[in-house]
Amino acid sequence: MKTKLLATIGVIAVAAAALTGCSAGTAAKTEASCTNKIVNKTAPQVTVWAWYPAFEEVVDLFNKTHEDVQVCWTNAGQGNDEYTKFSTAIESKSGAPDVVMLESEVLSSFTIRKALVDLTEFGANDVKANYTEGSWKDASSGDSVYAIPVDGGPMGMLYRKDLFDKYSIPVPTTWAEFETAAQTLKTAGSDGVLVNFPTNGRAFNQALFAQAGSVPFVYDSTSPTDVGIAVNDQGSKDVLNYWNGLVQKGLVTTDDAFTADYNTSLVDGTYAVYLAAAWGPGYLQGLSDADADAVWRVAPLPQWDAANPVQVNWGGSTFAVTSQATDKKLAAEVAIGIFGTDEAWKIGVEKGALFPSYAPMLDSDYFTNLEYPFFGGQQINKEVFLNAAAGYTGATFSPFQNYAYDQLTEELYSMVQGEQDGSKALDDLQASLVKYATEQGFTVAK
Amino acid sequence: MALTTAANAKKALSPPRRAPRRTGIDRMDRKRQRWGWLFVAPFGVVFLTFLVAPLAYAFWMSLQTNTLATGTTFTGLANYVKAFSDPIFLGGLGRVGQFALIMIPAQMIVALVAALVLDNLSTALSKFSRLMIFVPYAIPVVIGALMWGFLYSPRFGPATDIFGLIGLAAPDFLAKGSIFASLVNIVTWQWAGYYMIIIYAALRGIDPAIYEAARLDGANGRQIALRVKVPMISSSMVMVLIFSLIGTLQFFTEPQVLRAVAQGAIPVSYTPNMYAYSLAFSYSQFNYASAISFSLGIVVFIGSYLFLFVTRKQSGLK
Repeated sequence: MKTKLLATIGVIAVAAAALTGCSAGTAAKTEASCTNKIVNKTAPQVTVWAWYPAFEEVVDLFNKTHEDVQVCWTNAGQGNDEYTKFSTAIESKSGAPDVVMLESEVLSSFTIRKALVDLTEFGANDVKANYTEGSWKDASSGDSVYAIPVDGGPMGMLYRKDLFDKYSIPVPTTWAEFETAAQTLKTAGSDGVLVNFPTNGRAFNQALFAQAGSVPFVYDSTSPTDVGIAVNDQGSKDVLNYWNGLVQKGLVTTDDAFTADYNTSLVDGTYAVYLAAAWGPGYLQGLSDADADAVWRVAPLPQWDAANPVQVNWGGSTFAVTSQATDKKLAAEVAIGIFGTDEAWKIGVEKGALFPSYAPMLDSDYFTNLEYPFFGGQQINKEVFLNAAAGYTGATFSPFQNYAYDQLTEELYSMVQGEQDGSKALDDLQASLVKYATEQGFTVAK
Repeated sequence: MALTTAANAKKALSPPRRAPRRTGIDRMDRKRQRWGWLFVAPFGVVFLTFLVAPLAYAFWMSLQTNTLATGTTFTGLANYVKAFSDPIFLGGLGRVGQFALIMIPAQMIVALVAALVLDNLSTALSKFSRLMIFVPYAIPVVIGALMWGFLYSPRFGPATDIFGLIGLAAPDFLAKGSIFASLVNIVTWQWAGYYMIIIYAALRGIDPAIYEAARLDGANGRQIALRVKVPMISSSMVMVLIFSLIGTLQFFTEPQVLRAVAQGAIPVSYTPNMYAYSLAFSYSQFNYASAISFSLGIVVFIGSYLFLFVTRKQSGLK
């Protein structure tokens, strides 16, 4: 009987260990097969991970026009899904692609792990003039350039003109008018609300703070152990207390963003406004169950001070070369070249609904005057987004951005539950981030 | 390939035979043993490569500390000291403890009642019911959790319509206050059928003559169920309990999947396993994540051992 007991315990121990311990050992596998077709089979190949819509056509274009190098593309997941794989590949020191698509907000998180190559020695600065000032700053740290910007997310306000007309709401240009509009809509007895304030908005929430001058992080990869953290500045607190006021008055909802519920609410008229980045229209058009009578228009993002407008950015991505790349020079050539032509960008704009950081495209008459059927032929770039992009001067993100966003979500959720006000939420966030950074060995400047 | 190599190695390692002193039976035993090892070898290879080796590696990782700014250093058991004084880890343990207190009895009761009822019926309906109760277990956990995510959704779920019929507002199943019960419901739905099958099989194994004897002694149906059947299947019940205890302490998939639709109500460190997952894959703290995993393993091991010790009588292990 004794042996039976031991055997049972042995089985339990093994089962327990199997379920808890295995998480650390898994490694991403190198994908040898490409999603796209290789045109020139003798040329060396550069592997690329990216999740852009309509990217296959861009890859095909690149491969057809290049004799000396071919792109082997894999979609390794969107956003965090891809980052998880990339992060595991870094840890296991193999399995990363040569070129990887990264949002600019996570670049520091990977440079600190020495996962990305400084592209200045591969001629990145030669193409600097091709990109907007803000996007270039997002992709570089000090004198180093860790990625080539691809698309950006200057923000604007997408609104339902039909609903605004129905309730005779003037299009708000300031946040004060925005609150009035929300109140008007509620008083009129609409089923929906003016807008949703997601507690998991992450970069969206941060962009709203940035409009009030928030500079949450100071970080430079040349002194990688120093980080400045200031998330509880008065400007951010004012912004958050404003939103908390709207939430507590029941003028806005607090549904999680990017869920099926949220997607439906965006297009069926539950939300009359979608505070969006320039990639938002593409996102919106991809959603199903849309209200057939919906009339969408775009206006500039409301301002705190209409006399001194501040433009902000939400999202935007880049191509970086990983330190696992076999031929870094070739990989850099791909990172620079793949979205480095007007032809590639024409696909990106028309099929992928991307907003380029590539200046020749931004400045072109074609892009400026482009009419969007979804917005009733409105020239949204000329009227809103080009202006917003030009006003964006760049941001700095922390080397532990994912943690910072997760903490922000927890604090915001606690706030909208009525457990704390906006000021306390941000003070707590500051405290937890400083503690975390100190634990991680950083010298923290507040 | 691995098979033959293992066999050869075995041959090379076995000591030279000293035939004169050995009896025939002894030699046969040894020969059998060698065949036994050969049969076990395929499993052994897989077991060593995919379980023991990763575990050893993870343990080695857990003895080192790696921070973003300063790199990796060997720190011995420091990570374990940190883990067992980490309020997030301890809070997660407390939470799975609560889940264990609610969820395990819920599953056991549903499974036991269903098994007892089905054991008494012998109609075609019982076969159908048995299948239906078991079906949720046949659905992959991730799919089941995703599906419940939609059922709980105020927009896509049926709750809004059902409560609307009687003029009430539907509760928000994904809110902070109700997420606990929502998760208990998913797990019970998924696992009760599986436990029911185990218990049912044990019930089928009982000699019906015992029921007859009990009935002759004047026991009614309820008494037979509670006084005869339940005690006789207590070892199966203990096994079911152990399964669900281990499963609950390692609670991961359901909250991780539901988190996609309730990020506020289910924070990243909701359970110890989720905490380890996010440490490793979101925050790239692989070393501390290994330590958290092993700490959880220790807790599960001690918990299971204590439980088996306490129930050694019922489980028939003594």
